[in-house]
Order: sequence, then C-alpha cells, then structure tokens
Amino acid sequence: MAEAALKIGGGPRQTTFMDKVMEVLPEGGNLNLCLTCGACSSGCPATGLEGMDPRKFLRMAALGLDEEITKTGWVWCCTQCRRCVHACPMNIDIPRLVYNCRAAWPREERPKGIRGSCDAALNTEGNSAMGANSEDFQFVVEDVLEEVREDQPQFKDMQVPINKHGAMYFLNQNSREPVTEPDEMVPLWKILHTAGADWTYGTIGWAAENYCMFLSDDEAWEKIVRAKAKAVDDLGCEYWLNTE
Amino acid sequence: MRKTFGDDVAKEMRFVTKSVVGEENFIDMQPNMSNNFCCGGGGGFLQATGYGEQRRQYGKVKNDQIMATGATYCITPCHNCHSQVHDLSEHFGGHYQVVHLWTLIALSLGMLGENEREYLGEDLCECGLGSIEE
Ligand code: SF4
Ligand code: SF4
Repeated sequence: MAEAALKIGGGPRQTTFMDKVMEVLPEGGNLNLCLTCGACSSGCPATGLEGMDPRKFLRMAALGLDEEITKTGWVWCCTQCRRCVHACPMNIDIPRLVYNCRAAWPREERPKGIRGSCDAALNTEGNSAMGANSEDFQFVVEDVLEEVREDQPQFKDMQVPINKHGAMYFLNQNSREPVTEPDEMVPLWKILHTAGADWTYGTIGWAAENYCMFLSDDEAWEKIVRAKAKAVDDLGCEYWLNTE
Repeated sequence: MRKTFGDDVAKEMRFVTKSVVGEENFIDMQPNMSNNFCCGGGGGFLQATGYGEQRRQYGKVKNDQIMATGATYCITPCHNCHSQVHDLSEHFGGHYQVVHLWTLIALSLGMLGENEREYLGEDLCECGLGSIEE
C-alpha cells in the first residue's frame, strides 16, 4: 500500500481519520489509490452541494483534514448510490468513507428525520420507522381486504395471511402504505393471489424500511436486521421478500 | 441495481415493464442501467431534516433525465424513489405521473380497483374499470 504523499502540517506522520476507516474496509476501500482524475465528481449528482464533491472529499481525507470531513453536511447529501465507485478507475469506495464520516457525528446531531425513523423502528415490535404498532397494521390490512372482497367479486376469495406458519414467502411491508395510503397495498396482494404465491405478512418485524443504516448506527441497524430475520425464521418461512 | 444485483436484474425489470406497457411505449432514460443516476431519495436524503433544498438540487439531474424522454409516466421501483420523483415532478413543474410498477402490472391484468389509482393520470384512471366491477 502506498503511503500518502503529503500531510498538512508536516512533521511526523500521524494517524488520520482515513487511515482508521481503511483499517475496517475490505482492501482499505482502495482509499489511498486515487489518481485525482475527477471521474467520480463529474458524474455525481451531489457535486457542488455544500461546496463539496466526491474527489474533493477524498483528497481532503487523504490530506488529513479530519475536522472538515467529519463536520461537513455533505455526508448527508451523498446518497451512497455508488455511481462514483462504478466510474472510478481504481475502484475507490468513497461512499463507505462517507458512511464512516456520518458515524463520526454525535448521534443527537445527525439529521432529526433519519434519527427519528431509526428510533421509531427500535421502539416497535414491527420495526416500523413510522412508529405504527402491529395491531393497527393488522387492523388496516384486514379492513382493506374486507372492502376489496365485497366490492370486487373477482377477489372475493383473496387471502392476506398474517403470521402463517410455514408459508414460502415472508413479505415485508413498507409502513407508508398501512399508515398513509392503505389502498396501495392491494395491487401487490392481487398479483400474489393471481400468481398463486404462498406468502404471509407477520406482526413481528413486518416493516420493510431500516433507517438505522442511513443514520450510520451500526448497532441499531444490526439489531433491526436480526429481529426481522428472526421473525422470518420463527414463522418457518423459506424466503424473506423485502420490497425496498 | 448498481449496488447489489447488477444489470441482469435491470434487464429483467425492462422485460416486465415492456410486457406490461408494450414495447412501443417504453422509453429508456439516458444514461441507464449501471450508468444511471440516483434520484436523490435514497440514503436517508428524504428524511434528512434541513437538507430539503439540497435534495431537490441533487434530484434535478434525474428530473432532467426524465424530462428528456418526453414520457408522461415515470415508473419508480421503491418508496423512496416514488416520493422523491413525485416531488421532483411537482417542484420542477414537469408534472409527469409517477407510478409504482405494481399499479401497472395490475392495470395490464385488468384487475386494478377504483381506489388503487391514486397515481394514474386522467388518461388511465378509468381504463379497464368496467371489467372489475359487478
Ligand atoms: S474517480 Fe477515483 S481515481 Fe478518479 S478522482 Fe475519483 S476517486 Fe480518484
Ligand atoms: S455514492 Fe455519493 S459521492 Fe458517490 S456518486 Fe453517489 S452521491 Fe456521489
């Protein structure tokens, strides 16, 4: 691995934030292989936001400007879409550096909306980022189903199983539908019904979304993924379908 | 696609879309597949309180791409995309419709109910309704 050529301030080489991130990434995310070509920045939709772009961000990290890269709001503007990695001749993983810079923010200073969504998921048994409780979810599903069965004779026998043991597919559901537009759940039910799929919702870990990842809160993220995976196992389902 | 499953899955999505809307009604945006641009709804951007203006600026790239196709409907694969692209359509005044793929699948199979048409435009909101009612 090449040594970074220059550190602002000179003197003995000090461990930078980027050095630490490289230790935890496979191949160090190739973070020290940058050719400064700019291919990343020219195709990144976040270029120019907050006076930053991916190449500049990486160069600042390489120069040891730790304070700047761990404070810039730009890390919340990079969607971690990985277009820069796709374009980069050296396969440099800038979004993972961004991820780690997000994690360097004190949790209470990270954007409220993302933090609130993560916390709501941690506090509901369905892991719903909108804080929907499982009884309400079940009630809405059954209510909407009943209406469809009554109004649309073609679907009078349609089932929407909840907690069906041994179903082939455990289907997650984004909270947005049951909470704000329940009728939008119906087309998917109809497709599954028509295809003859053996599927189920669950009352535990049913929500599809996981904002703890976007919050860079590894511990919470893992907790939610494990809770959801366990819900699938506990019902003895073969596949976990996540629509996100 | 770019993040996990690769272009093969992007091709499967195009197969489904073309089967549903008809080959002649499908317009790919440029660039596409793994070279495509993120809409700006992902990564928590939609929920990033205090970054709304930046999110829309980010999304302008996607909005311009969609406008360049001249298409009146844009299909989005997930909720974040749907919310973001819907917002871009209104914010930048393009006023194209933004729909979930499941809506079009159910519509093409003649089984999309009256209350399930929130995101269809006037041209399609009555389409095939007769066949699913008593
Ligand atoms: S595309 Fe890769 S090599 Fe080129 S400037 Fe960006 S990170 Fe460096
Ligand atoms: S991952 Fe971030 S830096 Fe890379 S192209 Fe996407 S938004 Fe830009």
